[in-house]
Amino acid sequence: MERQEQLQGIGCSRKRKEDPRFIQGKGLYVDDVKLPGMLCGEVVRSPFAHAKIVSINKEKALALPGVHAVITAEDLKPLGLHWMPTLAGDTQAVLADEKVCFQMQEVAMVIADDRYIAADAAELVEVEYEQLPALVDPHKAMDADAPIIREDLVGKDEAGQGKRTHNNHIFTWDVGDKDATDRAFESAEVTVREDILNPRVHPSPMETCGCVASFDKVNGSLTVHITSQAPHIVRTVVTLLSGIPESKVRIISPDIGGGFGNKVGIYPGYVCAIVSSIVLGRPVKWIESRIENISTTAFARDYHGVGELAADKDGRITALRFHALADHGAFNAHAQPTKWPAGLFSICTGSYDIPVAYARVDGVYTNKAPGGVAYRCSFRVTEAVYLIERMIDVLAQKLDIDKAEIRRRNFIQADQFPYQSALGWEYDSGNYAPALEKVLEACDYEGLRKEQTEKRANGELMGIGLCTFTEIVGAGPSKACDVLGVGMFDSCEIRVHPTGSAIARMGTITQGQGHETTYAQIIATELGLSSDDIQIEEGDTDTAPYGLGTYGSRSTPVGGAATAMAARTIRAKAQKIAAHLLEVSPEDIEWDVDRFHVKGNPDAVKTMKEVAWAAYNNVPEGMEMGLESVNYYDPPNFTYPFGIYLCVVDIDRHTGETSIRRFYALDDCGNRINPMIIEGQIHGGLNEAFAVAMGQLISFDEEGNLQGNTLMDYFIPTFVETPHWETDYTVTPSPHHPLGAKGVAESPHVGGIPCFSNAVVDAFAHKGVTHVDMPHTAFNVWKTIHELGLDS
Amino acid sequence: MIPPSFEYHAPGSVDDAIALLSQYGDAAKILAGGHSLLPMMKLRFAEPEHLVDINNIDSLKGIREEDGEIVIGSMTSENALIASTLLQEKCPMLPEAAKMIADPQVRNRGTIGGDISHGDPGNDHPALMLALDATFTLAGPNGARQVAAADFFLGTFFTALEADEIMTEIRIAPQAANTGASYQKLKRKTGDYATAAAAAVISMSGDTCQSASIALTNLGATAMRASEAEAVLVGQVVDEALISQAAAKAMEICDPAEDLRGDAEYKTHMGGEMTRRAIRAAMQRVGGN
Repeated sequence: MERQEQLQGIGCSRKRKEDPRFIQGKGLYVDDVKLPGMLCGEVVRSPFAHAKIVSINKEKALALPGVHAVITAEDLKPLGLHWMPTLAGDTQAVLADEKVCFQMQEVAMVIADDRYIAADAAELVEVEYEQLPALVDPHKAMDADAPIIREDLVGKDEAGQGKRTHNNHIFTWDVGDKDATDRAFESAEVTVREDILNPRVHPSPMETCGCVASFDKVNGSLTVHITSQAPHIVRTVVTLLSGIPESKVRIISPDIGGGFGNKVGIYPGYVCAIVSSIVLGRPVKWIESRIENISTTAFARDYHGVGELAADKDGRITALRFHALADHGAFNAHAQPTKWPAGLFSICTGSYDIPVAYARVDGVYTNKAPGGVAYRCSFRVTEAVYLIERMIDVLAQKLDIDKAEIRRRNFIQADQFPYQSALGWEYDSGNYAPALEKVLEACDYEGLRKEQTEKRANGELMGIGLCTFTEIVGAGPSKACDVLGVGMFDSCEIRVHPTGSAIARMGTITQGQGHETTYAQIIATELGLSSDDIQIEEGDTDTAPYGLGTYGSRSTPVGGAATAMAARTIRAKAQKIAAHLLEVSPEDIEWDVDRFHVKGNPDAVKTMKEVAWAAYNNVPEGMEMGLESVNYYDPPNFTYPFGIYLCVVDIDRHTGETSIRRFYALDDCGNRINPMIIEGQIHGGLNEAFAVAMGQLISFDEEGNLQGNTLMDYFIPTFVETPHWETDYTVTPSPHHPLGAKGVAESPHVGGIPCFSNAVVDAFAHKGVTHVDMPHTAFNVWKTIHELGLDS
Repeated sequence: MIPPSFEYHAPGSVDDAIALLSQYGDAAKILAGGHSLLPMMKLRFAEPEHLVDINNIDSLKGIREEDGEIVIGSMTSENALIASTLLQEKCPMLPEAAKMIADPQVRNRGTIGGDISHGDPGNDHPALMLALDATFTLAGPNGARQVAAADFFLGTFFTALEADEIMTEIRIAPQAANTGASYQKLKRKTGDYATAAAAAVISMSGDTCQSASIALTNLGATAMRASEAEAVLVGQVVDEALISQAAAKAMEICDPAEDLRGDAEYKTHMGGEMTRRAIRAAMQRVGGN
């Protein structure tokens, strides 16, 4: 036991190994990278959402001392780089080609000695525009007279995701048995339908996007420091775009100040910086400002949903029909595995045993920034979970069934796992009912409902929200998931040194998740070495094995599994060496925390450290020396973490302000590697859920002008606004993951958002309100109050 | 987010600062706390050629009592207002309100004079100054003059301060006996400007309101005194119905601009609600803290 504790391995809430450098300000972020001779790029952006470019005059900018170049689409055209492919099979203008399609679109990049000169020069680039009518409302995108946004696609009946039927149509994707679902609705005892919006929001990591591109003209090699959640994919894309051999492209993701899906894609600024560096032969840095980050790089959501449930009169759901109109902006730069234009939206049957279902998503272009990334969630899982968790409440209200009771009646039962969902997923494991009871009891749910009844009698507004969600994370099995044709495996390479410390290099990349600690703990337990002595390195494509990166809660499900598998290969070799040293056969050796001993003879011992030393000087005949292994793990399935959340709100009926009285979050992510890190992740995810539900919104006026692109307006909760979080857990191990673990960091975001909305709507349920869209700002909530006359 | 280049001056005295302002005229801007000016410069909404930093002028800082008046140096920081025992005792609404401005970092730099002189209707001190009947000392090339708060705020970003003048002092009468005051501010989050806010200073004689002073933040082109709301209360025994009448009068003068905080209807209602809350809180504080 004592030896086990010394390892600080799986299950230990040890402090994070990376934190000493962060709390001392010793991290190295991309804007800290300063290379000799480095120049700076500044993007010239469109003031209009939709306009023809009549002319661009660079003369004044080029005349400013310290300016090296002004590049436009015309300059990129000879290189074939004025457009670039997106992860979603579309193309995106690197620099506006004859027209701009969203406000603040990239029109030119100025390269200058420093950022001050670059900023001055950007103002001197004269662009003449001819404004075009802007298309802002996605519901009008496919109108006959809608403005055509993508002239480059006119006459093309597909944009990388199947057949198009309109110039502003990107794709239609559907899944499930439509006919059987329609029949179930026709014969249902009760049906409910609700329009439910997941508004456009932005992940807004603390660190904005940026890169430093450095081309070595002598060696023909390119190094790019970049804030990327997927550095290896970036390397492949750079090679495909530039023709530079992948062996001469080095991508380095240094410390990253948060990603949340914002740092998965390739942005025009990166391409311009790389091209400029190649042409000028000097390093070029490009760093976004806060406004540029919020306005242009990778928004999330903008799913305009319609939810429908059919049920019997006891509230047992008999069918589900969900539709979403997806606003992808001017280019389809949706983050997705190649074959999944609506991501994993089909997880929308949730935690419920629904016999038949049909889901459809239509993607359209509008004059807005491109994106549609997974903001602290797996691809489109937030949108899916929001719909089902709102709709089950709508159904409960329609039938006047308690919102906890209706969930009990519909849960997939523990003995149904592995569970085949109507929309094609095999849920690996789950145990929902006992977890719900645990939360209800912890919060005295019955007491809360009683209090609510009393408050309502006094005209006070109190709401109780429940969310009982299932996530799908850990993309994913390569038979189903790829990015640009590369399977979504992930990797780990472990090298044990002669004196018994180790280094492991990963295909994933931490952005605050604590990988340097979590992976070390896995190796500590698997190899019996202290996690203090295990170094984790990520993000340098020259040293790390190829991996698909970190997003969609895939690090522990995929990278963590690769780590365990690589460690197990090492331990198997170590066992043979130990047997050799103890002069017995390997079958006669037992593993015991940090050492091998001979079965039945606990005194005949070789510790892992002793074995490591022997691996470099005394191995069995015919065995290679050394103690290392690399594993590329292709997961057999996703993992399906779940959670039961409960939120209590009190609403000020005069101002519309919502106060979060209590938020109780029970998460089940299977076996827990570092409970403290998990709790931290839950806190962070809940904060972001709170932000989305209560305040975040990227909104536009009728001309497509973005409103509120600074942190004055865009809501990032501070310590003051953030509620107190209570966390709890159950453990239902994943049957197929080597450690029984599941992803966790996104669950609180996915489950938190509907929980807040359910609480706010519940406060008005007695007045017949079944749904109000996010964000639940004081202003929006007051509008509901005022319409109902509750403020007088 | 990069400002154009500018010349930086850091005079050590008010006279030197005024000389610089006289020399450069409209091309110069005074730098006080900088939390309004610097973001505007970074966004290139403001492009002054000369910045006159008055942070080195010690005579502009501090809070003292002089001839029965409270005198606050214009370069006194928000945090200094909060920490002032003199204000806590004799003008408690000011430290109360300063705590609601921005966040601790901004309050370390932000100054009362900068907040007032900027002429932003979203700033909190203008309404406070109106409600407190403050007087401002404005120093210029021809000496100093006194301007009442009531005469100072002329329009959005437009005040009685001339381009070659500097606000040096704010003078406020100590809170009278049998008086209570409160500032009520509705905001979306820490650091935000008010969606709506109201300051109320109420003096009572028994159950009867002797005098009332009410002013509103961010509900029109400038901070506003709600005189008709005051008139509803004065000379009356104040009950909830009367407070609502006063709030209704305050709402009548509201003409807020729609923004992401809310539309005009919401903000006007919040102006009423903040007025109601400020009056109630001020009355509760009469005769005690």
